[in-house]
Amino acid sequence: MAVLITKETKIICQGFTGAQGTFHSERAIAYNTNLVGGVTPDKGGMTHLDLPVFNTIAEAKKVTNCNASGVFVPPPFAADAILEGVEAELDLIVCITDGIPTSDMQRVRREMKGSKTRLVGPNCPGVLTPGVGKIGIIPGHICKPGRIGVVSRSGTLSYESAVQTSELGQSTIIGIGGDPVNGTNFVDALELFLDDPDTDGIVLIGEIGGTAEVDGADFIKSWGKKISKPVAGFVAGAAAPKGKKLGHAGAIVSSGDETADAKKEALKSAGVIVAETITTIGDAMRKAMEKK
Amino acid sequence: MDIHEYQAKQLISKFGVQVPVGEVIYQPHEAVTVASWLNEDDVVVKCQIHAGGRGRAGGIKICKGQEEIIAEVDRMIGMKLVTPQTGPEGKIVSRVYIEKAYNIKSELYFCITIDRETGGNTIIASKKGGVNIEEVAEKSPQDIFKVKLGPGNKLLLHHARTISYELGLKGKIARAAQKNFIALYEAFTNLDSSLLEVNPFVVTDKEEVVAVDCKASFDDNALYRQRQVAEMKDDNEYDPLELEAARHDLNYVKLDGDIGLMVNGAGLSMATMDIIKFYGGKAANFMDVAGAATPERVAAAFKLIYRDKDVEGILINIFGGMMRCNDIAQGLVDAAKDVGLNKPLVVRLEGTNVEMGMEILKSSGFPITPVPTMDQAAREIVQLVKKK
Repeated sequence: MAVLITKETKIICQGFTGAQGTFHSERAIAYNTNLVGGVTPDKGGMTHLDLPVFNTIAEAKKVTNCNASGVFVPPPFAADAILEGVEAELDLIVCITDGIPTSDMQRVRREMKGSKTRLVGPNCPGVLTPGVGKIGIIPGHICKPGRIGVVSRSGTLSYESAVQTSELGQSTIIGIGGDPVNGTNFVDALELFLDDPDTDGIVLIGEIGGTAEVDGADFIKSWGKKISKPVAGFVAGAAAPKGKKLGHAGAIVSSGDETADAKKEALKSAGVIVAETITTIGDAMRKAMEKK
Repeated sequence: MDIHEYQAKQLISKFGVQVPVGEVIYQPHEAVTVASWLNEDDVVVKCQIHAGGRGRAGGIKICKGQEEIIAEVDRMIGMKLVTPQTGPEGKIVSRVYIEKAYNIKSELYFCITIDRETGGNTIIASKKGGVNIEEVAEKSPQDIFKVKLGPGNKLLLHHARTISYELGLKGKIARAAQKNFIALYEAFTNLDSSLLEVNPFVVTDKEEVVAVDCKASFDDNALYRQRQVAEMKDDNEYDPLELEAARHDLNYVKLDGDIGLMVNGAGLSMATMDIIKFYGGKAANFMDVAGAATPERVAAAFKLIYRDKDVEGILINIFGGMMRCNDIAQGLVDAAKDVGLNKPLVVRLEGTNVEMGMEILKSSGFPITPVPTMDQAAREIVQLVKKK
């Protein structure tokens, strides 16, 4: 079964005919993803990559019955694209776009209050369920079907984690993205994996900035003995100086509880096996599995 | 993006925040004109650099009369100001702000930031202004007052009232403070700010509330629609290599170590800095070759790192699903030829055609060590740099 993307998920691509949308849709199709079409304003009626193009999500939904979308729309228009999907009541929106103004995402957060739509991202590599399908840019060939759930703020570190957990395989890989205001967070992803009968262990990859990792650690602490899964973690940025933004808009230490060390401590105190370097995250996961 | 204090004050005053009259100068001789134009008995002369802690470091002085002003400005322009936030190398002062000074009765702290948890904004206020707020938070947390506003919500009069009462203000002063708070919040949301900190708002002997210092940061992603903010960027505040990197659309931050880094992905780049630290080395930079790691971009990034005189050795860590390692390797060897590479270079490539890529690097004739894993790459470069 896995989470977020299953065989039943019908996916469209927003920004379908653009360079990024085209490139990654081709790869999603090659990965046997259930991509049913795409949306590009003013290009409705066209056929692209042998799939129908629609002007709006509402139209796409009417024809294809899609329930999920991947957003590859440029930053100034991305928040609007997300909200179009929210209004069409899609189950899942995965926004890959990097560079969306924070205040736009604040508006999205406000509009999504009470909505049934789940947003993953923005500024993320997307979601991939090995052997089933993907939304986003995670390379399919480095992931293997299995029982480890991976959740990561960083794209490349989720790839490292997938490669290092090859022999266990992954149920689903969720990239939650590097922006300060986003959709799905660690707690949400942990909840999904905890409830998923096909996930036996969880890899959590955080980084400096914000306190989402600490919230995740608090959530893990609240797990009872009966409903619990082993978690291995890593937090990037131990060597980062204070006050410098490192690549991701959200990767900046503004106060003491946002450092990698503080987050590692929080995770350790919740029983997470923390890898000191990213190269040992696979070992940490195996150790956590054995401990259980 | 950060801006100078005087620029921040210009911006917030447009929204109705009360700020002192003042003018910025670049040349010492301009002080005479500005001083006579201000026509005040007491003025404050302030070094404009993007760092706090200026007061204690001698970067802010109260002056009486033209002679004192001129002497201070003469001392400040061109000086190297070292504060706890500039690092030991300090910053050269090229702009000085001269503004009206007030008789101060009390000082308040007021700050607005993005609340990452709620997606809204947080206001932090304190009646202990004019000092380091982190120290206040540590020593007397009861003096810190916070208000959380939901995403998209405005700061309403009742919020502002609550804050002013918490700060112990009354009557005319409370009303003046409320106006300032609401105006500052308007500035924050309208300018796509990520931080607006007024430390302090002063309460004057004439019962005014005035923002006498302001620190402002803005969302880089929104600068395309905030041109007046974008134009305030002061290139002198950035490392020349950082400016060069920005022109190539590379995410680069100069650090104080000696191992140059080139990595694809922000997370992997941080993790590479970490593993170098783990093995006893220190990174000279953060570098995310954002976007596609094409041979051209890799070559441009490599040359940039190579130009950094602090770099004693370079580690390249590229993990790509789709790129071809032989292309990247060829791009690197070409760049090595251009710079006449004579510093150790360790390369870890992962992707398609790894073997071909490794072979190109090995047979290049340059001091390049291709390695199969990130762990080995980090150990190798730390050792090579130590040996030098």
